[in-house]
Amino acid sequence: MTIKQISVFIENKPGVMVTVTEALGKAGIDIRALSLADTQDFGILRMIATDTAKAKAVLNEVGCVTSVTDVIAAAVPDKPGAMTEILNKISETGLNIEYIYAFVSPKNKKAYIVLRIKDIDSALIALKDKGIELAEDPSII
Amino acid sequence: MKAPKTHNIFNPEKECMSREALRELQNERLRKTVKLEYDNVPVYRARMDAKGIKPEDIRTVDDLRYLPFTNKTDLRDEFPFGLLASPKSEIVRIQGSSGTTGKPIVSGYTENDVEVWTEMVARALVAAGGTKDDIIQIAYGYGLFTGGLGAHQGASKIGAMTIPMSSGNTARQIMMMKDLGSTMLCCTPSYATYLGETIREMGLDPKKDLKLKSGVFGAEPWTEAMRTRLEELLDIDACDIYGLTEIAGPGVAFECLEKCGMHINEDHVIPEIIDPVTEEPLPYGASGELVFTTITKTGMPMLRYRTHDICVLHPEKCACGRTTVRMGRITGRTDDMLIIRGVNVFPSQIESVLVSVKGVAPFYMLIVDRVNSTDTLEVQVEIDENGFSDTVADLENIRNEIGEKIKSVVGISAKVTLVGAKTLPRSEGKAKRVIDNRKL
Repeated sequence: MTIKQISVFIENKPGVMVTVTEALGKAGIDIRALSLADTQDFGILRMIATDTAKAKAVLNEVGCVTSVTDVIAAAVPDKPGAMTEILNKISETGLNIEYIYAFVSPKNKKAYIVLRIKDIDSALIALKDKGIELAEDPSII
Repeated sequence: MKAPKTHNIFNPEKECMSREALRELQNERLRKTVKLEYDNVPVYRARMDAKGIKPEDIRTVDDLRYLPFTNKTDLRDEFPFGLLASPKSEIVRIQGSSGTTGKPIVSGYTENDVEVWTEMVARALVAAGGTKDDIIQIAYGYGLFTGGLGAHQGASKIGAMTIPMSSGNTARQIMMMKDLGSTMLCCTPSYATYLGETIREMGLDPKKDLKLKSGVFGAEPWTEAMRTRLEELLDIDACDIYGLTEIAGPGVAFECLEKCGMHINEDHVIPEIIDPVTEEPLPYGASGELVFTTITKTGMPMLRYRTHDICVLHPEKCACGRTTVRMGRITGRTDDMLIIRGVNVFPSQIESVLVSVKGVAPFYMLIVDRVNSTDTLEVQVEIDENGFSDTVADLENIRNEIGEKIKSVVGISAKVTLVGAKTLPRSEGKAKRVIDNRKL
């Protein structure tokens, strides 16, 4: 009921992102979704990749610091107000969202929001109870 | 207003002694000190025994070369009281400074030692034009650091009106300086420059709005160019002062208004210059490592303490009338110690912090710079996989933890920058761990 996300430490200097995308490209890994958290000195690049384990291996090989995290991908129907509905359901449970980003699955053409919630097990139960469609790895990627 | 070029001397009997009489006094005091160490400090006794030296073998200053050296590591190994030559009950003061690892080094002072130190600073203040009519603003930090209390005691000793401002709070420093009409300033030369720049930025004219005439600046190395700038900024005479906690504190040596090197208080300490590699004494005029032997201290006297400061000694009599040997400016170090905002910093201290923090590798780079006359320290450290997560908060927690630990161990705040794994040089023998961009 969760999918794997790989995060990469990005030093704030030219050429670091290239290292990441180049390594993934050479290994034949697709990036399905990404978001970059930036601070003044460093960034964290978070990605949903087609092969997380392989992505981690090749990135470590080129010297990147990485971490793999379980995240929730919830399907969002393509209509105004759909995302609000989902967010409302999460906020009703009292859970806090660390960050959010979105992507469209090339397989089923559905839109998903990636949710990072600290207490992921409670989140999964709550979301399922509320009838929110969750993506499973690797079906949608 | 510059100080009138008087050559007032606090203790002419001692400061202007003939070299022969001074040598006699040094010989006598050295013999006493060696006996005191041998009789009371096990480490000194063991080292002298190992070399087959008895206190009676050291008769004159020329015999100093037979004595073993004392190093900063000895103060660490014998921390805190192992080097005391007097009973603990005789110690009336502890002062401290940075050690090479997480722990500071401390020195114990008897009442006599505080007196000796106080007189040394009094001499320095008088040499910079100080009298009992002066209002002396002390902007060194007060505490374990010897700067604040050292200057304070000296200023009180000459009967001046003493303002214990301590360091920082620039706006308040300037307000007091103006309202009270401070005539002398004691702080680090970089802070004095910063004060001067701020005063100018505020639109104040030191000639009209302030009454400063001179300053005694130390705790960090500076240059003639910095003196020129400081004297222009504040319209004062700027004198250098030198010292170290292990020997006493500031005042071990000081400049007079001739500004031609710092007079060493030779009736209290004997200076030597040695070749740092062969450890052989070098003649006057040669550049080498400065070594001090204290000859009047009783709390924690030091035999041949290696300062690791590089300088030259000048024996010629000064135009001010003092006969004491003068030391030139410190031109370098024989170890990797840095002085940042007047605080002694060893890269090994930073390393000791990093090994205690989870999530970073013990590889680091220190980048020292000077921005707006204030030293800055950036610590670059490699993040490793154990410390890295997908959230910014986790990384900032690591960064804050390092920053707080550095502040508590080293005593200064640093900007901590996390960098990628394996991006900093590895230690293959001598890795370059410090980039000092300050242009002194």
